[in-house]
Amino acid sequence: MDKFKFIINDLERALLTMNHEKAESIVINATSISSPIEIASELISQVLQKIGEAWEEGKLALSQVYMSGVICEEIIEKILPPSDPNRKNQPKMAIAVFEDYHLLGKRIIYSTLRASGFELTDLGGGLTSENLVGIIKKEKIKILLLSVLMLPSALRIKELKSKLSDSDVKIIVGGAPFRFDNNLWKEVGADGYGKDSSEALEIVNKLMEGSV
Amino acid sequence: MKTKDMTSMERVLTTLSHKEPDRVPLFLLATMHGAKELGMSIKDYFAKGENVAEGQLRINSKYHTDCLYPFFYAPLETEAFGGDVIFTDDGPPNSGIPLIKDIEKINCLQAPKVKDTKVLHKVLKSIQLLKEKAKGETPIIGVVMSPFSLPVLQLGFEKYLDIIHFRKDMFNHLMQVNQEFCIDWANAQLEAGATAICYFDPVSSSTIIPRELYLETGLQIAKQTIAQIKGPTATHFASGNCLPISDLVSQTGTAVVGVSSNEDIGVIKNAFKDKLTVLGNLNGVEMRRWTREETHRIVRDIIQKAAPSGGFILSDNHGEIPFQVPDEVLLTISETVQTFGVYPITKKQQ
Repeated sequence: MDKFKFIINDLERALLTMNHEKAESIVINATSISSPIEIASELISQVLQKIGEAWEEGKLALSQVYMSGVICEEIIEKILPPSDPNRKNQPKMAIAVFEDYHLLGKRIIYSTLRASGFELTDLGGGLTSENLVGIIKKEKIKILLLSVLMLPSALRIKELKSKLSDSDVKIIVGGAPFRFDNNLWKEVGADGYGKDSSEALEIVNKLMEGSV
Repeated sequence: MKTKDMTSMERVLTTLSHKEPDRVPLFLLATMHGAKELGMSIKDYFAKGENVAEGQLRINSKYHTDCLYPFFYAPLETEAFGGDVIFTDDGPPNSGIPLIKDIEKINCLQAPKVKDTKVLHKVLKSIQLLKEKAKGETPIIGVVMSPFSLPVLQLGFEKYLDIIHFRKDMFNHLMQVNQEFCIDWANAQLEAGATAICYFDPVSSSTIIPRELYLETGLQIAKQTIAQIKGPTATHFASGNCLPISDLVSQTGTAVVGVSSNEDIGVIKNAFKDKLTVLGNLNGVEMRRWTREETHRIVRDIIQKAAPSGGFILSDNHGEIPFQVPDEVLLTISETVQTFGVYPITKKQQ
C-alpha cells in the first residue's frame, strides 16, 4: 500500500474535479510500479473507499461519488479488461435494484466493485422476488447485492430470503430505507448491509475472506 | 381544526413570522393513511380527488394536524408528461421505467398544459373541495416537483447527472420545459385554493450535489421558478441534507425549509433563524416501530431544540409518512405536541 501513498491524494483530487485525463495518467503511471490487479484492489479501491466515507460524513455529494466510480471503472476497464486472467478469482456475484427503477445506487456500487477488480453481473432494475429466485438458482449466484429505494420493497426482502432458504446465496442490502433505520437490514433477514459504496466494498472483501 | 384561541392558519402564520403561536404547529404529512380511513386500496384512493379530500379531512380531524395536504404521489408529474406509474397495496405509487429513454429526444420535449392534462385535474378537484371545508382556517398545501429534480423521474439519475455535467444545451432546454410546467402547475393549484406550494427539490440537497454545483444550477432554477409562483412556497429536500447550502436556500424566495433527520435540528434552526421557518425532522422510516415512550421522547426533544422563538413546524423528514406507520404512533405524536408543544416551551427534566 505504501507505494501508492504519494499518488492517492492526487488521484482523489483528479476524480473530484472530474479530470478524467489526469486520473487516467496517474493510473497509467502507476502501472510502472505495480500490477493492474494491485492498482485496482489497492489504489483505486482505497480512493473510492475514501470518497464513499466522505459522502457518509456529509463532506461530499452523491454526484461526486457517482462520477468518481464511473471514471475509475472506465480506466480499470482499459488496464484490466473483464477477460483478463489476472482479475480476482471469486464466487459468482450479481447486483440488482429490487422492485424499482431508481438505478443510481446500484450503478455506484457496480462501478466501485468493478473498478476495485471484482466481476459482477448487473441484473438491472424492477426485479421481483420471483425473478430473482429464478436467476439466482439458474446462474448459481453466491452473492447478491440488492439496492432498494422504497420501504415496502425493503420489507419484502424477508419474503425473498424465505424463498431462498434452500440456497447458500448471501444477500447484501443497501439504499435509503436502510440508511434511515439501522436495524432494518437485520429485520428483513439480510446477510449484510452496506451504508455506502465504501461499506459495500468492505463487506464484499470480507465475504471473499469468508468472514461474513 | 381549532385549539385554544388560534386556528391552524393563525398558528402557522404566527410561526412563519418567527413568533411563538399558542403551540407548535403540526404538519402530519400522511398521504396514504387516508386510503386506510376510507377502507380503499391505495390505487382506488388516488383515482379521485373526492377520495383524497375526504381522506385529508379525516386525518386532520383524527390527528389534529395543522394543514391539509392533498399530495397524491411523486410520479404524478411524469404521468402528466406521459410516463408510467406503478401502484402497490402497501406503499406510495412509484415511477416506472423512465419516460425519456433516448436523451437526444429531450430537445423535442414539450411541457404539458395543466388545463389539458386530465390526470392533474383530480388534484385540483381535491384542493377545491378542501377549500370549501377549510373555510380559511387551515392551510392547504399544494405540491410541485422542482424543475431541477423532476428529471430523475423523467430520465433516470445517471443520465441526468451526465446531462448536468456534460450537456449544458440539453440541460438548459430540459429546465426551460420543466420550469414552464412547474409554474403552470403551481399556479393552477393556488387558483384552485391551495394556500402555499411545497417545492420538492431533493436533487439540490447537499446529499446529492456539491454546493458549487447547486450555486450554478439548482439555486438559479429555484430563484427563477419560485419568483413566478403566485403564492408562498416551502422548499423540501425530501430527507436530503441542506446545512452546507443554508445561506443559499434563504436567497431563493422560499418561506419554509423541509429538513432531514440526518442533520441536528438545533443546528439547522440556528442556521435558518429569523430567515426561514424549519419544517421537520421526524424520521419517517424509523417511526414505523417507535414505542409510545420513544415517540414522546423524540418529539419532545425536537420541540425543545427547534420550537423556541417560533419559525418551526413539526413534521416528518421526507414529506410523505410511510403507509406502515401505525395510527397509534401518529396519535402519540399528535398528543405529545398538544401537551409539550404549548408555548412557552418548558425545559424537559433530564
